[in-house]
Amino acid sequence: MTETEHPAETESTAAAGAGRSRRLFFSLLPLAAAIVVGIFLFRGLSLDPRNIPSALIDKPVPNFKLAALPDRPPGLAAGDLKGDVALVNVFASWCVACRAEHPLLMDLKRRGVVALHGLNYKDRPGDALEWLGRHGDPYARVGADRDGRVGIDFGVYGVPETFIIDKNGTIVEKIIGPINETILKEKLLPLIAELNR
Amino acid sequence: MIAEIGHFALILALVVALAQAVLPQWGAWSRDQAWMAAAMPAAYAQFLLVAVAFAALMQAFVASDFSLEVVAANSHSAKPLVYKISGVWGNHEGSLLLWTLILAAFGAMVAAFGINLPASLKARVLSVQAFIGAGFLSFIIFTSNPFSRLDPAPADGNGLNPLLQDLGLAFHPPILYLGYVGLSVSFSFAVAALIEGRVDAAWARWVRPWTLAAWAFLTLGIALGSYWAYYELGWGGWWFWDPVENASFMPWLAATALLHCAAVAEKRDALKSWTVLLAILAFSLSLLGTFLVRSGVLNSVHAFASDPTRGVFVLLFLAIVVGGSLSLYAFRAPVLKGGGLFAPISREGGLILNNLLLTTACGTVLLGTLYPLILDALTGQKVSVGPPYFNATFVPLMTPLVIAVAIGPLLPWKRADLGAALGRLKAALAFAVVVTGLAWWWLADGPVLALLGVALSAWLGAGAVTDLAGRIKLFRSPPAASLARARGLPRSAYGTFLAHLGVALTILGITVSEAWQQEHQSIMVPGDRVEISGRAFTFVDARDAQGANFSALIGTFTVTRDGAPVTVMQPEKRQYSHPPMETTEAAIHATFARDLYAVIGEADGKGGYAVRLYVKPMIGWIWLGALIMALGGALSLSDRRLRVGVPVRRRAPMQPAE
Repeated sequence: MTETEHPAETESTAAAGAGRSRRLFFSLLPLAAAIVVGIFLFRGLSLDPRNIPSALIDKPVPNFKLAALPDRPPGLAAGDLKGDVALVNVFASWCVACRAEHPLLMDLKRRGVVALHGLNYKDRPGDALEWLGRHGDPYARVGADRDGRVGIDFGVYGVPETFIIDKNGTIVEKIIGPINETILKEKLLPLIAELNR
Repeated sequence: MIAEIGHFALILALVVALAQAVLPQWGAWSRDQAWMAAAMPAAYAQFLLVAVAFAALMQAFVASDFSLEVVAANSHSAKPLVYKISGVWGNHEGSLLLWTLILAAFGAMVAAFGINLPASLKARVLSVQAFIGAGFLSFIIFTSNPFSRLDPAPADGNGLNPLLQDLGLAFHPPILYLGYVGLSVSFSFAVAALIEGRVDAAWARWVRPWTLAAWAFLTLGIALGSYWAYYELGWGGWWFWDPVENASFMPWLAATALLHCAAVAEKRDALKSWTVLLAILAFSLSLLGTFLVRSGVLNSVHAFASDPTRGVFVLLFLAIVVGGSLSLYAFRAPVLKGGGLFAPISREGGLILNNLLLTTACGTVLLGTLYPLILDALTGQKVSVGPPYFNATFVPLMTPLVIAVAIGPLLPWKRADLGAALGRLKAALAFAVVVTGLAWWWLADGPVLALLGVALSAWLGAGAVTDLAGRIKLFRSPPAASLARARGLPRSAYGTFLAHLGVALTILGITVSEAWQQEHQSIMVPGDRVEISGRAFTFVDARDAQGANFSALIGTFTVTRDGAPVTVMQPEKRQYSHPPMETTEAAIHATFARDLYAVIGEADGKGGYAVRLYVKPMIGWIWLGALIMALGGALSLSDRRLRVGVPVRRRAPMQPAE
């Protein structure tokens, strides 16, 4: 009898031991997670989210080629940004701030002082087309950057963003966030006029 | 002079808080009644002293004492009185003081209302509460003193950010803080229980009302904030998944989970260590929100002026509070014994599912909020996580949750028959199918996801009604008997009903307004007319006007439907002078069925104006739902079962007087 009982006993204590270590693991888990989060928060203190790297300013535009949105040619490639002063506006249909700046882009198109191109960022082509149909399409060319790959090359930080590119295809300035009347009048238009000279 | 009194009171409050943190804890340890009892007068004194400091600061704002740095930086003599008052908490220093005031008030309330708490538990709860208070008080005194003087004092102040000069926002922070800080009481109870090494049904019953109150305030606060974003930011949106919004939403998710989990701990003596963990997490997330808003580690539209030393201080405090409590948890939780057993299909099982989904949702929001920071720290890349991430992760998590919320309350404790519960929900299911069908037929162009939302809210609403009808045996007993049962039903049952109904209404509002909104954006000149979903908007004129401390451009639109006048809308664009800043004041005409929403923007210099017009069906239901949820919380809170300290059977012959 004892022979049969014995192994069963050790099995149950082993199970109890496993149960105990599992409990310990689960009770330590929240602490471990909090420590990891804490380390990142500490690291975050010495980083500044507003300090956007301006690595691309005064550099030629990265080499890229993006297909057009379906039934809305033409697409956008690095070669298209040479010859004229150009703006590349990063937009998406899911971006609320893009709608805020959109009337100003339409306004800019009417002024006709600059070639305005769109970089449709991480968007579904159907949504983007519907969005342009609804709010107006200010762009000469639109490149569809579905997976955000070209956005990475451009160092896109958030949507909307606008790059100003001179006649040689060099990025001169970058505007983060929606363009408003002040930025348009006091920064963008003077800069475009200067580059066009 | 008054400011110096305030400053002095603040320092005294810190001393009192430190004493309250140490002495009662020591008393509970050594079983010394006198030292334990010291916690109560200390809690009152701490509250009184912080209140004096707060009153002093408010006096400085109202009297426009610009020799105080905060007043000069955030107020202006030409500001309306109500915004001078709300200016007290419209800045970093003052809002921290408000936070601390509420913290001390909750401490004093625990001291006053916790008459039937065991002496040692009460001493420990108040001690933990005072420890948090001491942390915040030293934060204020050492890094963010609101009573710093300026010499010489400027002639006038800089003014409050015009976006914040708004009635909705004047009351948003205090209500939200009541929620955030209310969770500190649950936290203090959790830590005290871990120190005591004992969590039982009575403990859960003491925790629940505090959690409930905090949750109701949090719900209201978040709703107010989102309504403010809706009418003040002028984008027609009401939720942007901004880090600061997420900072308030995460504690709400955790508190919702805690609320349900504490019910299991109270009724069935189970899930106790999980309840304790949730109480710790909910308050930790409140603190994390404070850190995110004030340290400047994340980009947000709401951010206060950030300062790295403050960030270091909050992080250190966060590390002590969260790290300390979770270490204590790791050490003690294995000791807490589980109580009642239950089958997977049971009320308990349903609440576990609720907890799993809510905490997972909370985790995904946390990940999305911190992801830009994590990526920046690891690779130096800067990204922003937008609504696509949150929508893609949140909807799949909420769908099963909403389905389960309708079923859960119908399941009995311990062991349930899922088939029987579903059988009772046949009518609810039929209702959901019919409503969805109607929505599909009416609005054939809606996206599939919108139909899912409609179906879910109809299911949940009907489920809540089914539960209530079942409880009063509606149609299964004579009307008089049903009425009697309805009268006898505990208020917490109505609370549950209202809260779940509120969720259904909010989901409906979100779905319908997102999927079927109509909008028009263009340059309009006076006289132009556009038609949006059957309503004709005529742009009458735009003129300049002068307000108390701003100049405005006011557009006038008349709206007609089938020729009959509906309303006149006057959106404004304001230019404030102190500080120089533009705001949009959307004109909103709200009814139960829809909101008309008009925004006027820039003039194009040729007589036209950038105009945005929206028709947003049922959008008001989002906030109506939130209001009903909070009302449910309040009703539940007034349930007498939560007010009496010992479990008493209702209408028992021998009932202790209250």
